[in-house]
This record gives sequence, structure tokens and C-alpha cells, in this order.
Amino acid sequence: MSQARSTLEERARSARQATEDVSEQRIEVPPEVASPGTSRVTVIRPASRWPRLDVPELWHYRELLWTLVWRDVVVRYKQTFLGIAWAILVPAFTAFVYVIVFGKFANFPDGGIPYPALVIGGVLPMQYFASSLTNSSMSLAANLQLVTKVYFPRALLPLAAVIVPMVDFIVGLPVLIVLMWVYETWPGGMEVLAAPLFMGLALVTALGAGFFLSALNVRYRDVRYVIPVFLQVLPLLSGVMYAVHSIPEKWQWVLAFNPMTAVISGLRWSVLDAAPPNWWQIAVGVGVAVATFFTGLAVFRSSEPKFADTI
Amino acid sequence: MADAIAVEGLSKRYRIGELQAAYGTLRESTSHLAKRLTGREHRPGAEEIWALEDVSFALEEGKALGVIGRNGAGKSTLLKILTRITTPTEGRAEIRGRVGSLLEVGTGFHPELTGRENIYLNGAILGMRRREIHTKLPEIAEFSGVEKFLDTPVKRYSSGMHVRLAFSVAAHFEPEIMLVDEVLSVGDAEFQARCLGRMEDIGAGGRTVVFVSHNLQAVAQLCDRVLLLEDGRAVMDGPSSEVVARYLQTVTGTSSSQTWADEATAPGDDLVRLRSVRITHTDGQTADFADVREAVGIELRFSVLREGPAVLPKIKLSSGGQIIFNAMDVDPRWNEPSRPGDYLTTAWIPGNFLNEGLVTVDAAVCSIDSPKLNHHVSVHEAASFHVQDPLEGDSSRGTFTGQWRGVVRPLLEWTVEESRP
Repeated sequence: MSQARSTLEERARSARQATEDVSEQRIEVPPEVASPGTSRVTVIRPASRWPRLDVPELWHYRELLWTLVWRDVVVRYKQTFLGIAWAILVPAFTAFVYVIVFGKFANFPDGGIPYPALVIGGVLPMQYFASSLTNSSMSLAANLQLVTKVYFPRALLPLAAVIVPMVDFIVGLPVLIVLMWVYETWPGGMEVLAAPLFMGLALVTALGAGFFLSALNVRYRDVRYVIPVFLQVLPLLSGVMYAVHSIPEKWQWVLAFNPMTAVISGLRWSVLDAAPPNWWQIAVGVGVAVATFFTGLAVFRSSEPKFADTI
Repeated sequence: MADAIAVEGLSKRYRIGELQAAYGTLRESTSHLAKRLTGREHRPGAEEIWALEDVSFALEEGKALGVIGRNGAGKSTLLKILTRITTPTEGRAEIRGRVGSLLEVGTGFHPELTGRENIYLNGAILGMRRREIHTKLPEIAEFSGVEKFLDTPVKRYSSGMHVRLAFSVAAHFEPEIMLVDEVLSVGDAEFQARCLGRMEDIGAGGRTVVFVSHNLQAVAQLCDRVLLLEDGRAVMDGPSSEVVARYLQTVTGTSSSQTWADEATAPGDDLVRLRSVRITHTDGQTADFADVREAVGIELRFSVLREGPAVLPKIKLSSGGQIIFNAMDVDPRWNEPSRPGDYLTTAWIPGNFLNEGLVTVDAAVCSIDSPKLNHHVSVHEAASFHVQDPLEGDSSRGTFTGQWRGVVRPLLEWTVEESRP
């Protein structure tokens, strides 16, 4: 025992020695880089009763956000044979199946644009939303080791989780472009500039729901079983495989409560020159998305102090 | 100098339920809620525990504070609050500067990523800027000794390489405040030794350190000041030698003095009753801890109730379960048959004799009935004290500060014969 101790001592000394050796050749780091936190005074207090998003703090941790996004993007396709090509293959295959089943056999209405283009215009944003929702809901539980060992604003985890699928979405865009080229359905004009706004709407909705569900998932692992069921039904309610206009007028209000309806019909209008969406539907969709976002955020922030104790 | 850490009335309450059923299913929880609403289950107000209660301290920049206490005393909770992993229920703390902790070694390492990628990832998680990591990358790689495998996924690393790389990143983080929980740190002996070595560097580098450990020797060596936690409360905050001594005594349930006020219930038989045992300095002060270089007294007070056979005081000193020695007073006065009265005796143990550590004292009063020793009274672990070396270079360990084995540690006279060619 004591013998072991004394060799331990020697090792400690040699480890020290090694550190000293290294420090001699230390490259001079500009002071503001060496210690960005010097002037930072951290005040630790009981969690406040009225949670809010601390934007300056999120900004302070922006590099960690990008690192987490980068990690997930890199890890996603490591050890896959086809790599990032999956981001093209998955939506292409899904769209192919939809076109055969719903377009050829079931003859779903195409709303005046080529059916394959209509479907891919729905599949891509829906796939973005589905991965965003799944990833962000699991983000806290999946990063358990981080949550229980290091401090950073926990909101970074769901936030990174909705940014990562955006990379897949962008990589999948060529499928859309090829179909647009094949069927010669080019954007009508300036409305193409609205496309990022509709993706932004999908992001805000997914993030809001992700905040809520990830916080819930910390306590109740039921969440992981509910999400797949929900995501199977959602495409049917969002107009992925049909034009939203073709639904009877008296049911349109039901679709309005689903922000993804607004996202998909909006994208088809801006990118595929389809008929303009119901603007009141877009307005309701945005309203629901914003409400989801703030509700989710409130739930997330108020349960945040307990994450490390509960996970 | 400004305080690097200022803690005021910090408290943390856990509900027992939160600890036991960390998470349940929605169904269980809803049925609990239903029971509670219908009043079939009372509110679990009684099932709360305070893991930390009203702890306050301030730590100057560049100083090292040790935190000791039994398991569950609140040490880890304190660190968790200071690293902001969890929030306090009450109180506040102010921290000036960047906080790092060796808890985080290897946190967030991803097996699919290469060594280089993991350095960036881990660095960012610790709170380093990308530019900072970029500048330090060659150093980190060199210190870890896995330079050749920087572009290999970490999952193909041996566990040793894994730990070395992880530690190397943490070691180059260079926060202003270092929080170290030795209990939680993993790894082999070498890694632990590296942590200790690095800790000493950090202390020398003017960094502020909070060190939580069960290794009392390490705490005493690294920290000038120690905070003792007991059931979530800070019960003592002072020089490390005093606090460590006090802690050891609470662990063994002993103290530096013990008195039996009532003669009738005091330990003993119809002839002798032991009244008190006390450890004293040479000036008569009660001694919780003793300087290894100075004499220490073991004071026994006992009452003889009637005339009887000759009795004499006897002590037995032990350390770490090993008997150091037995000793009794062999003065001729104890050869006479005993006479009723109170007796106060002190055995003086010379300086530079006992080794460092906690020494427990068994006190007895006996009569000799060879080959038997007749114990009229014998109290196991009647008192204890802590022997410590202030490491000023004039004890028998000289300038050596490492582990010094042995039951005793005498300062001997050495004769030297030197011959020159």
C-alpha cells in the first residue's frame, strides 16, 4: 500500500515535471483569448420564478452551439458506407413511394403542378421537421453526460438539434431541383425569397415542441414512444401527398392549426409556383408556432434547474 | 486581494422522491397526482432533505480550500452548485473568473470522432474558445502522448490513451478557479497522481482551488484551509491541521478529552474508577492535534475507592489498527497497597517519536498479578489526537515531504565516518 503510495508520489512529480517542460515552450496567447472569462462575475442564485431566455448568455456560448452542431453532423454519417448521400436517398425514396402509392394508384389531387414535384416539396420540409422534433426531444437525455457534468445553457441542446437537420435539408435540395428541371416548374418570381421564412417557421415550431418534449422526456421517457406515432400521422394532416386546396372548405380550419400545413403550402407557392396559400391559414399557423415556441420555452426554462437532479 | 469565491447561506433541498424515483412513467405520476388531489396520499413535506444547509465562506484569489466530510455530508452538492450543474434552493454565490473542474475530464468525448476532433469538442465544452484550442493543440497533443493517433477515432484508443488525451485537454484549460472532486475522478493510480501533480502546479500558479477529497493527507498538503461539512452544514472552517484532526475524531467517535462526572457510573470496579482522560500540550492546554516535534501528555485521572492491592496507570497507543506501544508507570510509589483518593497522572510522550496520523489512546488502571495483568478499569479509545508535521524541515523527515512509513518516527543520532582517498 505505502509502496504504491511512494511510487505515486514519484509519478506525480514526473507529471509535474512534464507540465513544466511544456509550459516553457508555451506559445504566447493574446490575453483576451487566454481568459475570456476574467472579467465575468458569475452569480449563482436559486432559479428564478419567471423563466426567460438569456440571450446574451446564449451569445456567449455561441461557439459551443456550433461545435455541437458540427459534432452531430460529423457523427451522423460516420461509419455509414454512403455517408451524406443518405440525405438525398431518403427523401428521394420516400417521395418515390408516395408518388407510386398516392399518385398512381390512389390518384391524389395534384393542385395543378406535377405530382412528383408536389410530393418532394412536402417530403423535404416534413423530413426536416420530423428529424428536428425527434432529435430535439431526445437532446437532453442523449447528452446526459454533459448535462450532469458541465454547465452551459441547456437550451443549446434542443437548439443544436434543430439546426443539424437543416444540413440534411440543404443536401437534399438537389432532388427538388432535379424534379423542377424535369417538370419545368420554376418559381414564379420574387416569392422564392419567402422560402427561408417558411423553413424558419418549421424551425420555430420544431424548437418550441422540442423544448417542451425534451423537458418532459427528462422525467417521463414515455415521450420517445409517442413521437413516432405522432410523426406517422402528421404527414397526412399537413398535405405532404396532396394539395392543401383540394381539401373541402369546411375542413380547412382543422389544417390551419398545424403550422406544417402553412410551411408546406407556403413552400410550394414560393418555390414550385403553386397556387398561393390561404393567408389566414398561414397567419393561424404562425400564431400556433409562436405560441408553441413560448410555451415550450417556459416549460423548458422552468424545469431546467432540475435537469441534473432528475436525469 | 478580491475574493474569487464568495458563498452566502447556500442551501440545497432535495425531495427524497427525486432521489429515489428519479423518473417514472407518466401513468405513475398521474396516479400519484390523483391520489394527492383526492387526499388519499398526504403531501410528502416530511420527505425533504437538506443536502446543503446555510453554508457560507469566502475564498481569496490564489488560495486553496479543502472540503472534507463523510459521504453524504454535502461535498459533492457544494461542487455541483459551484459548477452550476445544479441550482441552490437558497442563498447565493459569486464567482470571479472562469471555473474548471477535473470532474469534467473526458466529458463529451465522442467515440466516433478522432482524437483531434475530440480535442476541439471537449475544449468547447469546457469553455475554451476555438482560437484558444487551435493555438494550444500542439501542446495538448504532445502532453497527451497520443500525437500519432490524432486522426484515429477515439473508439480505437486504449483506455489509457483515452484518459491521457482527456486529461491533457482539461490540464490545458487553465481556468482561474479550479474545482476538484477527487472522489469522482476516475482512472488509474498514475492518472490520480497526475491530477495531484497538476493540482500542486495550479496552486503554485496562483490559481484558486477548491479541493474535495477523502485523501486527508492530500488535502493537508495542498490546502492551507479546510472546510468541514457535516450533514450539509459547515461545522468547521480553519487551518487544515486542526480541521483534519477534528474530522478524524468525529469519524472514530473520539475526542481529545473525556470526563466522567459521576463517580458511581464512571467506568471501573469496586476498587478503581476512571474519572477523565485528556491529551495535553506541554503548557497544559488540551490538544486535538500535536506537533510531531513536541512532547504530548496523556493525562489520566482516577479515584481509588477503598484500600486494596497496589494499582498503577497504564496506556496503550494505537494508530490505524496497529498498536504503537503499551506503557505503564513503574515508579516505586505504585508498589504500595492502594489508598483511597484521587490521582492525576500524566505520561509524557517525547517529541520526534510518534509518526503522523491519528493516534487513539486506551486508558487502564491495573494491578500486577504475574503472569496476569488485572484490569480494574480499561477504556478502549478513551481519547485521540492527531500528530502532524508542519513540514518546516527540522523533523525526522528532513526536507522530504512524501509518504513516511512506520509506526514510530524517531529522530536518531547518526554517527558518520568519512574517509577520503
